[in-house]
Amino acid sequence: MFKNFMSWIEYRMPFMEKMNLHVMQYPAPKNFNFWYFFGSLAMLVLVNQILTGIWLTMNFVPTSDGAFASVEYIMRDVDYGWLLRYMHSTGASAFFVVVYLHMLRGMMYGSYQKPRELLWIFGMLIFLVLMAEAFMGYLLPWGQMSFWGAQVIISIFGVIPVIGDDLTLWIRGDYVISGATLNRFFALHVIALPLVLVVLVFLHIIALHEVGSNNPDGIDVKRPNDGQKIEDNVSDKFTFHEYFTKGGKKIIVDAIPFHPYYTVKDIVGVVGFLIIFCWVIFFAPEGGGFFLEPPNFEPANPMKTPDHIAPVWYFTPFYAILRAVPDQLFGAIFMFLAIIFLALLPWLDRCPVRSIRYRSNLHKANLIMFCISFVVLGVLGVLPATPTYTLLAQIFSFTYFAYFGLLWFYSKNEKTKPLPVRLS
Amino acid sequence: MSNAPVDHGRRRFLTIATSVVGGVGAIGAAVPFIASWNPSERAKQAGAAVTADISKLEDGQLIRVEWRGKPVWIVKRTPAMLESLTKAVDKLRDPASEEPQQPDYAKNDHRSKKPEIFVAVGICTHLGCSPTYIMKDFDAQVEGIPSGFFCPCHGSTYDMAGRVFSGVPAPKNLMIPPYMFVDDTTILIGEDEGTA
Amino acid sequence: MIKKLFTVLALVASSAAMAAGGHTVHLDKAPIDLTDKESLQRGARLFQNYCLGCHQMQYQRYSRTFRDLGIPDDVGMATLGFTANKVGDHIKNAAPKADLANWFGAAPPDLSNVARVRGPDWIYTYLRTFYVDPSRPFGVNNEVFPLVGMPHVLQELQGIPYKSTETRLVDGVPTEVDVGIKTDGSGELSTEEYDRAVADLVNYLEYVGEPSKLESRSLGVKVLIFLGIFFIFAFLLKKEYWRDVH
Repeated sequence: MFKNFMSWIEYRMPFMEKMNLHVMQYPAPKNFNFWYFFGSLAMLVLVNQILTGIWLTMNFVPTSDGAFASVEYIMRDVDYGWLLRYMHSTGASAFFVVVYLHMLRGMMYGSYQKPRELLWIFGMLIFLVLMAEAFMGYLLPWGQMSFWGAQVIISIFGVIPVIGDDLTLWIRGDYVISGATLNRFFALHVIALPLVLVVLVFLHIIALHEVGSNNPDGIDVKRPNDGQKIEDNVSDKFTFHEYFTKGGKKIIVDAIPFHPYYTVKDIVGVVGFLIIFCWVIFFAPEGGGFFLEPPNFEPANPMKTPDHIAPVWYFTPFYAILRAVPDQLFGAIFMFLAIIFLALLPWLDRCPVRSIRYRSNLHKANLIMFCISFVVLGVLGVLPATPTYTLLAQIFSFTYFAYFGLLWFYSKNEKTKPLPVRLS
Repeated sequence: MSNAPVDHGRRRFLTIATSVVGGVGAIGAAVPFIASWNPSERAKQAGAAVTADISKLEDGQLIRVEWRGKPVWIVKRTPAMLESLTKAVDKLRDPASEEPQQPDYAKNDHRSKKPEIFVAVGICTHLGCSPTYIMKDFDAQVEGIPSGFFCPCHGSTYDMAGRVFSGVPAPKNLMIPPYMFVDDTTILIGEDEGTA
Repeated sequence: MIKKLFTVLALVASSAAMAAGGHTVHLDKAPIDLTDKESLQRGARLFQNYCLGCHQMQYQRYSRTFRDLGIPDDVGMATLGFTANKVGDHIKNAAPKADLANWFGAAPPDLSNVARVRGPDWIYTYLRTFYVDPSRPFGVNNEVFPLVGMPHVLQELQGIPYKSTETRLVDGVPTEVDVGIKTDGSGELSTEEYDRAVADLVNYLEYVGEPSKLESRSLGVKVLIFLGIFFIFAFLLKKEYWRDVH
């Protein structure tokens, strides 16, 4: 009876066949390591943000008079309101931790290289939308940092020649950040951008499944079938969707079905992540003053600027680059270039070898320098712009951009190690 | 690959065990979402019990007090009103207050703790209008009954104990809220000795 | 480990801020213990008697304070509920805000979240570093908050505090050196008792900033234990299935 019902649905919408294609018969390389947890963790955090976000909108008041008080209401008067709020604020920071590590994986293993350039572009678009989403969300509690942080960031748009001032006026909807700004940011943060994000994530996964996953060795798991016998091939035990075997024209080597192997492994990753996530939520939700910043426990006061305005920690690397450049317009340009160069990696990296495991020591050193630069810039972005710190920010902005320049140069004729034939 | 045979029993046990633990976790995670729908502290405080001072209440006077957004009447019934309660009995739909419209201490002939003080929620049990208090000339509505309550929306009538007359649209007697006497001249509406 | 990471980052940021922003006063550590209900009760009483005149806690309800501090409603309303009509009312006062801003230079801020904005150490040090300064409108200044507009409300408890100096040899030259704040002994409390009273008040302010903190920790322990158990099962399940692959 149940089988009849299932086949009635399946004939009209091949739900089970799609499940097979994407989950039960999807060939995933067998050597996914720790770095491969962060994609599924990103999805987990997205679901968390959406669920807790919806629940917060049940009690949040998006007006300049009522916003701050409504957050206090949630924290003090609503049963478990404090928990929903902390899940959402910690989730926002967790999202960026996970996404940055997810991107680093892509850089380490060359996951942006052909044929995954579009996958990488979708990822960069998700990153941009995520930053906008987080920025708008941060205005909503209407604290001192919400107001003044938004004031600073929106005025960056003012440096654009000719249209800058009109543009900032249009974004704000008022001569200064006000209830008009709050209300529209609320609409965008709660509905528009989450929808865009979900669509982009869907496209991201479709693009991935179209070409198949990369792996830490950077070699393909699908090969043309020329009748060869592959020794010790774990894939022989399994049936994969014919979309991947192309009716026998391709064979799968060293890959395993995503379900049950990676569903079961991702559960371990999820629980491990939740232990850290819940530790923060229940014991240190302020995150040492980085997840919930002390000035934000004061209501926004347009007449009083806090001593020290800084964006939230996940924006600080880019903020440091912005401040490092003495000229306002070029500072903004370089800040955007920092992200654009990331997006261009598939074309800047001309090396035919994907994974860092088989690339030159120069490339390893270059990537390490990039990571150090990113972290140091992040720390500098939190600190006040003293002459010493500004000089340091300039140095590390240079090394940040140098990654891309050097990569473009050496990748053409890079001394790489011989690639293995099989996955390790 | 391990060459040992697959232990399906162990596999099934671990799958079920992990699923059960996971299920418990999912229910635990659902708790804050569902609990956040409970009345918040603000709602509970707004719905908290209300005190009414009846030291200046005169014979036959009705005062109105708001509790949980509803009008609550307090009437000082005269001896004549109390007497007329017995006369109405055969005209009433539910003279013995069988329907659960009142706390136990109001399930008596005068539907109140003290006979001379009547406390009731002033909302018609038909469709929610607030009936009018008619102290004299109520026999225009119901013959032989000098005082009562008349709902102008659809004509339902109630006696001085809030009991609904037969033949009118309203199905039940007026609701009696939980209440208690803090002292002889102060009534607390919304709480009684049981819940306080 | 992560808390250490946060602390390190916070220290880097704050020490750098201090280095950049110039001289900052050393902050004494406030002895916070949110499980000490008696301390919280004493702190609540101090707030109601000394601070409520000008400051509000507009987001905290009397009923919440009573419930969390173990005070029965009727006792609370009689001893602490000075500005409450109903037990669920927020802790507000009837002070005219515009006039207060005129008299003190700035309106006395709401203190519901002050412990989260300033931190308990700052408040603890602030309330103990007022000193006589005839150039100020109310005759006092403050080491942690220079040129503060607030008078020394707790003076009757502390006594009159003076910045005391001593003549000491510095590089061979007799110089007036700051040796801290001393009181003239006219206060109701000794120095230790005053420190204790301020600690109680700061403890209460810390509680009011986040009333859910103790509940959060208690729930957190249970959640982490559950996740630990879940992790073991999930790990064993993963290992079992992956025998097919390895």
